[in-house]
Amino acid sequence: MSKLDLDRMDDMHYDVLREIGNIGAGNATTALSQLINKRIDMKVPKVELLSFNELSEIVGGAENLVVGILLTLEGEINGMMMFMLETKSAHNLVNLLMGKSIENFDDFDEMDRSALQEIGNIISGAYLYSLSSLTNLMIKQSVPYMSIDMAGAILSVPAIEFGKVGDKALLIQSQFGEEAINVDGYFILIPTIESYDVILSSLGM
Amino acid sequence: MGQMIKVGMADLNICKFPDALTTLGLGSCVGVALYDVDKKIGGMIHVMLPDSTKFKVVSNPAKFADSGIEVLIEKMADAGANPKALTAKIAGGAQMFAFSSDNDMLRIGDRNVEAVKNILSKKGIRIIAEDTGNNYGRTIEFYTKNGKLLIKAVGRDVVEI
Repeated sequence: MSKLDLDRMDDMHYDVLREIGNIGAGNATTALSQLINKRIDMKVPKVELLSFNELSEIVGGAENLVVGILLTLEGEINGMMMFMLETKSAHNLVNLLMGKSIENFDDFDEMDRSALQEIGNIISGAYLYSLSSLTNLMIKQSVPYMSIDMAGAILSVPAIEFGKVGDKALLIQSQFGEEAINVDGYFILIPTIESYDVILSSLGM
Repeated sequence: MGQMIKVGMADLNICKFPDALTTLGLGSCVGVALYDVDKKIGGMIHVMLPDSTKFKVVSNPAKFADSGIEVLIEKMADAGANPKALTAKIAGGAQMFAFSSDNDMLRIGDRNVEAVKNILSKKGIRIIAEDTGNNYGRTIEFYTKNGKLLIKAVGRDVVEI
């Protein structure tokens, strides 16, 4: 039986989860920054309990075209990690890395897609590495899977996981960006409810 | 012109002519549209999970194929539809990410479609059209005027079933 009741989370829980988001996303942002050789700022992460309808609104509505890169997690922490990029940001990142000037996903070739997938892999890895160090828990990440589609459809995958334990989704959402090149992305950590307990108790909660 | 009524994730709703129903960005979830052609009453549900009996607490029946479709039929009957005359069209149940593993968690789209078909068959409701599976998201619109289901997907032509 899980100890964490999503409807009864107190401020302490939120603080701890926010801090995880902070450190994880901080590391990921550094990784991305090194990859593209540009300074990137990170916003203060948000920890939110959202209804399934609110969930798809976080990235501009259910029909908004986004890039989702998903890794599954196994080991002492189970669940998923998703990295989402809005269309424009995805183009900017690929253009920056590949030296192109793409403005439409139709123009993406196989190399561009794998570049984007690899970006997702590297920065999700950085996020997970810091989570693992912080909690002293072993996390095995899968290869990255990518989908470019409607936000609602992409978010249905994590939403369904949350649907198994309740009617809300708990998000640790971190946003980062750089004004000149406009890279806005979101990390969404989706541990199973049992894994939340494991994470919290590893931190002495 | 009627209104377009939105059905959210893990939600359901019904309407009468001239109104229409829509649900946006179906991924691995399944959209089910039920229709009574004589009364021009439509119902739609956005199913997230296959089976409510696997869960101890079911706070939102609309989340599951079995309990949700049950409630939807009841609501349509309350509105004057004949449960025996209903037909169904279904869409969604995609596998959004090309997972290579056989992990059950990741095959949820297929399982949702299968569960929806099972419960509809148990209720004696015929599926007259479907657009399910594959690997892309869908937005659907259901018109009570003629029972047409419109399916929109990114970079694809609109499909009418």
